Amino acid sequence: MISLAHYIVLGAVLFCIAVAGMFINRKNVIVLLMSIELMLLAVNMNFVAFSRFLGDVSGQVFVFFILTVAAAEAAIGLAILVLLFRTRSTINIADIDSMKG
Amino acid sequence: MQLSTSILLTIALAPLVGCVLAGFLGKFLGRAGSHSITILGVAVSCALSFYVLYQLTVGGAAEYNQNIYTWFQIGPFNASVGFMVDRLTAMMLVVVSFVSLLVHVYTIGYMADDDGYTRFFSYISLFTFSMFMLVMSNNFMQLFFGWEAVGLVSYLLIGFWYKRPTAIFANLKAFLVNRVGDFGFLLGIAAVLYFLGTLDYATAFAAAPGLSGKILQITAGTQWDAATVICILLFVGAMGKSAQVPLHVWLPDSMEGPTPISALIHAATMVTAGIFMVARMSPLFEMSSTALSFVLVIGATTALFTGLIGIVQNDIKRVIAYSTLSQLGYMTVALGVSMYSGAVFHLMTHAFFKALLFLGAGSVIIAMHHEQDMRYMGGLRKYMPVTWLTMWAGSIALVAVPFTSGFYSKDAIIEAVGESHRWGAHYAYFCVMAGVLVTGLYTFRQMYLTFHGKERFTVVEQHGHGHDGHDDHGHHEPGVLAHAPKESPWVVTVPLVLLAIPSLLVGFFTVGPTLFGNWFGKAIHVEEANNVLAEMGQHFHGAAAMALHGFTQLPFLLVLVAFVITTYIYLFNPALAGRIKSALKPLWTVLDRKYWVDDVYFALFARGGVLLGRGFWKASETAVIDGAMVNGSVNVIHRIAALMRRLQSGYLYHYAFAMILGLILLLGGYWLIGSGPVGQ
Repeated sequence: MISLAHYIVLGAVLFCIAVAGMFINRKNVIVLLMSIELMLLAVNMNFVAFSRFLGDVSGQVFVFFILTVAAAEAAIGLAILVLLFRTRSTINIADIDSMKG
Repeated sequence: MQLSTSILLTIALAPLVGCVLAGFLGKFLGRAGSHSITILGVAVSCALSFYVLYQLTVGGAAEYNQNIYTWFQIGPFNASVGFMVDRLTAMMLVVVSFVSLLVHVYTIGYMADDDGYTRFFSYISLFTFSMFMLVMSNNFMQLFFGWEAVGLVSYLLIGFWYKRPTAIFANLKAFLVNRVGDFGFLLGIAAVLYFLGTLDYATAFAAAPGLSGKILQITAGTQWDAATVICILLFVGAMGKSAQVPLHVWLPDSMEGPTPISALIHAATMVTAGIFMVARMSPLFEMSSTALSFVLVIGATTALFTGLIGIVQNDIKRVIAYSTLSQLGYMTVALGVSMYSGAVFHLMTHAFFKALLFLGAGSVIIAMHHEQDMRYMGGLRKYMPVTWLTMWAGSIALVAVPFTSGFYSKDAIIEAVGESHRWGAHYAYFCVMAGVLVTGLYTFRQMYLTFHGKERFTVVEQHGHGHDGHDDHGHHEPGVLAHAPKESPWVVTVPLVLLAIPSLLVGFFTVGPTLFGNWFGKAIHVEEANNVLAEMGQHFHGAAAMALHGFTQLPFLLVLVAFVITTYIYLFNPALAGRIKSALKPLWTVLDRKYWVDDVYFALFARGGVLLGRGFWKASETAVIDGAMVNGSVNVIHRIAALMRRLQSGYLYHYAFAMILGLILLLGGYWLIGSGPVGQ
């Protein structure tokens, strides 16, 4: 029997993979974007699991919103990425440090 | 019979009206308008002052003491403007207004071609008003107002020619030295308020006997007699205003002001305010024999040692200035032996003859085209006979030749000091007696150098040089005049004559009542044990007898000695003066450097003040305010910013890591505390 705990652990594992992807990856902005998407999916996993567990549909409705926003965000993020590449000729994260104090 | 308030108010306010009109509307009134209106104001005051004196003396009017206006009231303390007019006040009113009126008239001639003509008239009218407020006051507060106001006008007038650096230096010096005195005076008034609980004269004097036995503890273990503390503090104020040693240094320098001012403020009236004040406070001063001894010693020192300086001065006005210091010393000595009426009497006679001498000197200065150095004068008597004669009248009054006014006042003081048993009286007697010889020496020397002997100036006719050389126009060669000296116009000579008359005569008629006839009544209070005048009064058989007796006394012999010495030196053997000078070189240097008092003050207080200021500038301004506070706060922010900047790596994953870390800490915090939605 797959219990609620399994789903939550899966969500946590996904989230940790996303965080690790963010830190360990030092090269590519695209990977960063993917990690962010993965975080959102981990959150969605928790939403759906708790929605089913508590018998409340609103959690699943919320997941649809998040997916919509994630799609829009991905579109915008990729567009920014393209512009970034055009202006700076690189998407290497180590080179993008103009906020350095 | 009561004096009317409106008359007293008019006396005080008429000069103020003149001052305001001449001061603010001088441009519209013009020169003639300005001097007419101010002279009118002072003339009204003068006439009413004589009327008040008449009412109090002959008309039998009661002494006036009333509050007119209440300024503010705090609990039992009442600050009000009020007048106390008794015979002492009335005499001061007459002296001040009379001399002031003559000086106003004289100024028309003296300041004729000065740019500040209307300003000058405005100032001297303001001075007259301030002096009236001072002498008519019925409380310490108003006294202090008048005291400071006359000081202010003195400051303004010493620096009247404000483009001259020496005048600016002199007026600043006068102001600062007077601050020292005023500090003591203010503390004295505070002490009066503390011990007597009131600033009203009548109440305070009535409560004065209660002072005996009261003790003031300033620091632990020291005990001061309250009356002594009050009187010495008040007298410190008088020392500043009346230029007593060691606060005398400002008066000789004040001669930078125009001569009418020297006559009015720095000889006849303002500098005697301290004498008047002490006489007015006689009920307080009688409580403390210690304070009176202090007064006596200070006065005696001033009387002799400042007079000695006068012998070596070459500036005609400075000789008279040192003479004024010396005479103020005589008045102070009189106060010190509880002879208040004698001090005020000498104040009055001195006001006449010293104003006369100053105005005469001014007349000489006009004739000499603003040359003040007596070494370039001589033989002026044939050019200006009126000035010559009137100045001789003032001089014999100053050296106290019997029958002149100066004789009655000064001789009485000397005799009173001889009678007195107060501590310091022997020293004072020596000083005032030696002072007579000194007075004779500098007075006759000045007269001879100025009016007699050979002419030590040359007249070079310069055509096309239209105007008289004025101070501001810069000097020519010393001792070279553009045209021969001539007698001054009538506006100058008439005041001289009008002052010469009282200088010679007023003493003869007033000595009996003022000194021995208890004319002042309750205005002056003398303890029975201190009353030297009562002893002297037993030998007084009228003014004429006193004068005849004076011919055989030591003071007159000293004057004769001085007369013989100076006559021989300056009329018959002028080369001798130079030889004496080189023979007594060390003594001459001491006198010429004025005992180095000025130098010491300059080194100690002026330099010390600058050093102190520099120290504060370095220590507090530069180090604390600029260094620690202004730049310090900037530095601290700069350092913190440098530290914080290290955190801003610019790498996205660092920020993300910080966010995650923050989230973990936040959640962990919730979990640890065990409250909120996470813990449930």
